[in-house]
Amino acid sequence: MSILVNKNTRVICQGFTGKQGTFHSEQAIAYGTNLVGGVTPGKGGRTHLGLPVFNTVREAVAATGADATMIYVPAAFAADSILEAAAAGIKVIVCITEGIPVRDMLKVSATLARHDACLIGPNCPGVITPGECKIGIMPGGIHTPGSVGIVSRSGTLTYEAVYQTTREKLGQSTCVGIGGDPVHGLGFVDCLAMFEADPQTRGIVIVGEIGGQDEEDAAAYIKEHVSKPVVAYVAGVTAPKGKRMGHAGAVIAGGMGTAEGKYAVLEGAGVHTVRSPSDIGKRMREVLG
Amino acid sequence: MNLHEHQAKALLSEYGIPVPAGKPAFSVREALAVAEELGGDAWVIKAQIHAGGRGKAGGVKTVKGRKALEETADSLLGSRLVTHQTGPAGQPVDRLLIEQPCTIARELYLACLVDRALARVVFLASGVGGMDIEDLTADHPEKLLKAAASPTAGLQAYQCREIAFALGLKDKQITALTRIMLGIFHLFKARDLNLVEINPLVVTAAGELVALDAKIQVDDNALYRQRHLEELYDASQDDPKEHWARKYGLSYIALDGNIGCMVNGAGLAMATMDLIKLHGGMPANFLDVGGGTTADKVAEAFKLIQSDNKVKAILVNIFGGIVRCDLIAEGIIRAVQEAGIRTPVVVRLEGTNVEKGRALLKQSGLSIITADGLTDAARKAVTAAGK
Repeated sequence: MSILVNKNTRVICQGFTGKQGTFHSEQAIAYGTNLVGGVTPGKGGRTHLGLPVFNTVREAVAATGADATMIYVPAAFAADSILEAAAAGIKVIVCITEGIPVRDMLKVSATLARHDACLIGPNCPGVITPGECKIGIMPGGIHTPGSVGIVSRSGTLTYEAVYQTTREKLGQSTCVGIGGDPVHGLGFVDCLAMFEADPQTRGIVIVGEIGGQDEEDAAAYIKEHVSKPVVAYVAGVTAPKGKRMGHAGAVIAGGMGTAEGKYAVLEGAGVHTVRSPSDIGKRMREVLG
Repeated sequence: MNLHEHQAKALLSEYGIPVPAGKPAFSVREALAVAEELGGDAWVIKAQIHAGGRGKAGGVKTVKGRKALEETADSLLGSRLVTHQTGPAGQPVDRLLIEQPCTIARELYLACLVDRALARVVFLASGVGGMDIEDLTADHPEKLLKAAASPTAGLQAYQCREIAFALGLKDKQITALTRIMLGIFHLFKARDLNLVEINPLVVTAAGELVALDAKIQVDDNALYRQRHLEELYDASQDDPKEHWARKYGLSYIALDGNIGCMVNGAGLAMATMDLIKLHGGMPANFLDVGGGTTADKVAEAFKLIQSDNKVKAILVNIFGGIVRCDLIAEGIIRAVQEAGIRTPVVVRLEGTNVEKGRALLKQSGLSIITADGLTDAARKAVTAAGK
């Protein structure tokens, strides 16, 4: 078992024939992802990387039975692509694109509430179930099938957590990058609920950062609903107030969203916190015994 | 991106929100001309910088007579204003806002922003105006009123009335606040804003509502479709290095320490700063070279870090996912060859093509300290900076 995606997930790529779409589709195919086609408006009917290209997501779904998509289209068109995927009945929408205006994401968020779809991202590395399905830009080689569920707001910090849990011979059930934008799809709480219900997952890693209240919400949820051990790291103890630290969502605004504040509530909920990102794997090994 | 107060007020005015009569001035002569045009014999002079706390720092003054106006304008223009929000170096004052004064009966607080958890545009209001919102949320959370706009129907008049009555406004003021809030809501959406903050929104002696101060923040991600707002960008208000970084698509923030950092990914960049602190050092900057980085960008990032005289050691921390380690190595080698090297450089590479990257660094003959893992890298950088 795993969460969100597995070897049976039928994946398409939006922005398939573009540079990013092509590169990461090749990587996904090489990893063993069940990629069944792609969408580039105006290029329907062609073949790309040995797979069919469609003009619309609706056509792609009808022809291939796709139930997941990875989106590599420029920021100006990404919100439209997410909504197109949802309207076509895609269940797992992974949006890698960085730099989508907040106003567009508000529209997406309100519309998705009326669909049976979950959005991962945007501005995220994607989702991977090791050995089965890689949807995103993460380096596949560092992952191993195993027992730790990882959910993170940061791309490269996810890789650190993956790398360490691989070295500790724990491996990963599924890794989800929820992205660094202020308004995004799946959150920590959604993923915690899925990991708690997933028999393969024995422990959960949360990688948070300054800004917003996702970590605070996670802490409240863990206290009430999560029985599996949770290890958490929160980036940005040294981040100055009021400055956006690379991610659009990583900003301490009005004194809210500090790393120290997040550590305090996570610890209050019984989460095993680490102050160094290099201790994530080790700590998980300790708590899992 | 932040706007100046005078730019924010021009936008508010466009959307029907009452602001004091006034205009910006870039010289003493212009200041006198604006005063003449406004009439009367008393004016408010407001230093235009991208930071709050100007009043207490002497950046906002009411003057009587042309001579006092001339003197105050002259002393403010070309100076650097230090407030509790600017840091010790302060912000340069190269423009003033000259306004007609108004008599204040009451000060209110009004802000419009995105509530991340709700994924909606919300309004915050309080009867305690003039205070920092930070103090307000910390000390008087119960006094903060909130209204969330529907994502489909938008902000409704009844929501504005509820806030108006809760603030104790009366008669015509109820309609006035409703107009102001609806105006701000339309402005917020039309111009892709992150924040509109009116602090204070005043009730004048005559009972009118006026936006006495205004802060507007534009969503950087939307600037491609808000070109007219992008033109309002004032580079003088940003750290020159942050401005330089922006040009090359690097995300850079200057800090006070002496260990320069170059990292890929915002989260890892923050984590690297935290690690340096954890091991007894202080980071000189936040720098994310980005996911799809190139050797050119890395070279530019290197020069940028070296341009900071405080820097005593540089820590390069790369976990190659999309970005390949050999590319990073090439960038480092080129930068060192072009710009020269004056500080120890600690490099930690991991991920895609890591062997190639390490081999390139080794073959280059440069004196680079290689690190094995995050902790080792932070320790070595702290030691190197301390020498």
